[in-house]
Amino acid sequence: MIYIGYLFIFLGAMAFAVSAIGLIRMPDVYTRLHVGTKSTTIGTVLVIMGAMFIEPSWALKLLLLAVFILITNPLSSSVIARASRRDREEL
Amino acid sequence: MLTLFTIILMSAMFFTLFRFLKGPTLSDRVIAFDVMSIMSVSLLVILSLYFEQSFYLDIALVFGLIGFLGATIFGRYIEKGI
Repeated sequence: MIYIGYLFIFLGAMAFAVSAIGLIRMPDVYTRLHVGTKSTTIGTVLVIMGAMFIEPSWALKLLLLAVFILITNPLSSSVIARASRRDREEL
Repeated sequence: MLTLFTIILMSAMFFTLFRFLKGPTLSDRVIAFDVMSIMSVSLLVILSLYFEQSFYLDIALVFGLIGFLGATIFGRYIEKGI
């Protein structure tokens, strides 16, 4: 059970590492927004799922945290994308 | 094992800090700030597993809320000014 949780946390940390590399390598604001928001969402959800496998008695708090991240993360991404489009960033 | 995940996450935060310092426009810096706040939430979850105490999850929830508010307020500032 614990090793399944470690596997999920490792996959989440790899998603974060891919996000950081893409955030350096991508050439544009919108591609950076793409790589910086979607992969961090899946990374956070994977880390929280791994913590749920390791400590099953904390499941309620972790589920609340996962639902909160899943609601607010695309919302802030949409706000930043609309603002930088209105500000006439280069496409 | 948890130390390895912490090292991976801290190196990812270091690369994101590079984009935060270098980024050409304001939007790049706001994106890097958002990514760093979400990485900090995940780092606090790993820290609560490391110390076996569950009140770090409350700190993670408040930290995620403050990061979301900061990104939203900066987006409104880019769009309309103060």
